[in-house]
Amino acid sequence: MTSFRLPPCDDPVRPAEVPGIRIALDGRTVEGVDGQSIAGVILGSGILAWRTTSKNARPRGVFCGIGVCFDCLVEVNGARDVRACQRRARDGDVVTTQYDELPVRVRAAPFEEVPDDRA
Amino acid sequence: MTVPDVLVIGAGPAGLAAARAARRRGASVTLLDSSDELGGQYWRHLPPQRPSEREAVLHHGWSAFTALREWLERSAGVTIIRQAYVWAIETREGRPGAVFVVVGEVDGEDRPQLVFEPGALILATGAYDRTLPFPGWDLPGVFTAGAAQALAKGERVAIGRRVVVAGAGPFLLPVAASLAATGSTVLGVYEANRTASLIAGWLPRPWQLLRAARKGGELAGYVRGHLRHRIPYRVGKAVIRADGTDRVETVTIASVDAAWSPLAGTEQTIAVDAVCVGHGFTPRLELAIAAGCALSDDDFVWVDERQQTSIPLVFAAGEVTGIGGVDLALAEGEIAGHLAAGGSIQDAALAPALAHRRTYRSFASRIENAHGVAGGWSEWLTPDTVVCRCEEVTYGVLCDAASATGGASLRSLKLSSRAGLGICQGRVCGRTIEDLIAKRAPGLAGGPGHSDAPVSSAADRVRTDRRPIAVPIRLGELAAEPTPLSSPSLSDRLRERHP
Ligand SMILES: Cc1cc2nc3c(=O)[nH]c(=O)nc-3n(C[C@H](O)[C@H](O)[C@H](O)COP(=O)(O)OP(=O)(O)OC[C@H]3O[C@@H](n4cnc5c(N)ncnc54)[C@H](O)[C@@H]3O)c2cc1C
Ligand code: FES
Repeated sequence: MTSFRLPPCDDPVRPAEVPGIRIALDGRTVEGVDGQSIAGVILGSGILAWRTTSKNARPRGVFCGIGVCFDCLVEVNGARDVRACQRRARDGDVVTTQYDELPVRVRAAPFEEVPDDRA
Repeated sequence: MTVPDVLVIGAGPAGLAAARAARRRGASVTLLDSSDELGGQYWRHLPPQRPSEREAVLHHGWSAFTALREWLERSAGVTIIRQAYVWAIETREGRPGAVFVVVGEVDGEDRPQLVFEPGALILATGAYDRTLPFPGWDLPGVFTAGAAQALAKGERVAIGRRVVVAGAGPFLLPVAASLAATGSTVLGVYEANRTASLIAGWLPRPWQLLRAARKGGELAGYVRGHLRHRIPYRVGKAVIRADGTDRVETVTIASVDAAWSPLAGTEQTIAVDAVCVGHGFTPRLELAIAAGCALSDDDFVWVDERQQTSIPLVFAAGEVTGIGGVDLALAEGEIAGHLAAGGSIQDAALAPALAHRRTYRSFASRIENAHGVAGGWSEWLTPDTVVCRCEEVTYGVLCDAASATGGASLRSLKLSSRAGLGICQGRVCGRTIEDLIAKRAPGLAGGPGHSDAPVSSAADRVRTDRRPIAVPIRLGELAAEPTPLSSPSLSDRLRERHP
């Protein structure tokens, strides 16, 4: 038992029936509906985790759901470090899970507040 | 007197109300939000691709939102830019600095950059969940309460079939209600505070609750909903660990005392497929700090009665100035917008908003008294509990670093342990690390800024909330020339939603 997308027929909010979309997650087809985030599509299909952490190789998926924690990072159509909870999925998106054995922070280094006393 | 151009950052309740008030006073208004939808956290909704006639089921005040949105979308003199990520603001003495924005897909590439030089600036960047660590909180299937809410409201995705909701604060109630309306079985809502503190917070001046009737009614509605769904609401209890191999399988709940120290022998383990936890909210301060705004002694943006920050013509409204819920955010937004556009606090038109602000602020302070975080929680940590999720720093490593560095600064402690230096830039663990360090080495985490407002100049704070680059942008974008607002690619984007 796991996460799921509520079918419109059971939904008190009664969202319109809309076209399905498909994304490829590491080559595997995952189905969702138009307007969902990439994380929403993946979670909606029952998959809870996709990223692998750098240090301990642990699985991660969504934690904050609103773009704050960066746990959900994926590669989308060749672009890395995309927050899956924030990016809307498009039909045909090619999504690749990330496992950066070197910490992601290398890429983010110029943005850090690390001051001059680092050396 | 000329009316300044007003730039509003954030299109949640506070920013929307601010934009409307400023426009009503005759200002030319630009409203920016990183989302492709208006409404912020509170009015997060299904996207236009998936229209629903009954969106109001999940929302209080839904019609107030749609009216506000429509008014703004139809007003000449209001420019709304969605998917606009404000990544930096210059500090300027005595007035707002330049505001730097990239516009496009989240974490995209080669997005056009805009630079604004607003006459007046309104910061309405809101807040996000604060979730305290516990053993196993890094397992898949453990979510913040806000994540459960955002997925339910924005996508109709439930985080699991059998779900536990835990933490502290009235926000747990709407989260449980949304989960139930999304098909989850909510096994229970576990509030860490105990009846005594809840009663002390809620009951001494019940007439204030009545005056905040809308909010009181909203909460009463959740309680009725919980009865209908038979969701147990337990107080004085906390999730103290989660277990599972590659995902959460069980959570352990224990009774806690008034200081949130777990009571031995009260543990109870239940099988779940998801748990969502929130212990309150952390304001999104980075833009305010960048703009040079002073913080209050409780680490929100300091504002005066006009909602003006310590920098003239830079205003702030909503949860970035204090946690108080949607009604307070709306009232503060209206006041900020009116004043930013050159209005006066004496104007008769502002009287209702001022009255609302008074009511909801006192309501908010009672909620804080009743539901605030108490220090005993660190007792449920174990040496191998991850405290910094990005860098996977454990509590044990943090404690060792604290002993090894002796009385060294918070910064050197962070550098030696790497806690808080990962890709989220300390957003998730920053306050937690400070609290843990303050406990082990009192006086260290405080520093300047813990004195009376508004003297705490953000510039000399060595704190976790300073992030010179507020949102991730790519190096190529950083180097690119700004795009004029009139450029064709951008005006297409602006027109998209203005048929
Ligand atoms: C996930 C979540 C769900 C919530 N759901 C509820 C609920 O159901 N019921 C309830 O009572 N309370 C809820 N809350 C509490 C909620 O924060 C307030 O009630 C209310 O939304 C506060 O309004 P605001 O206008 O101050 O901020 P927000 O609604 O948070 O709006 C802030 C806006 O600023 C934008 N922003 C922030 N930084 C930037 C930037 N750098 N560039 C561009 N835009 C930016 C954000 O995208 C956001 O839209 C929720 C909070 C969270 C975090
Ligand atoms: S889940 Fe936190 S950033 Fe996506």
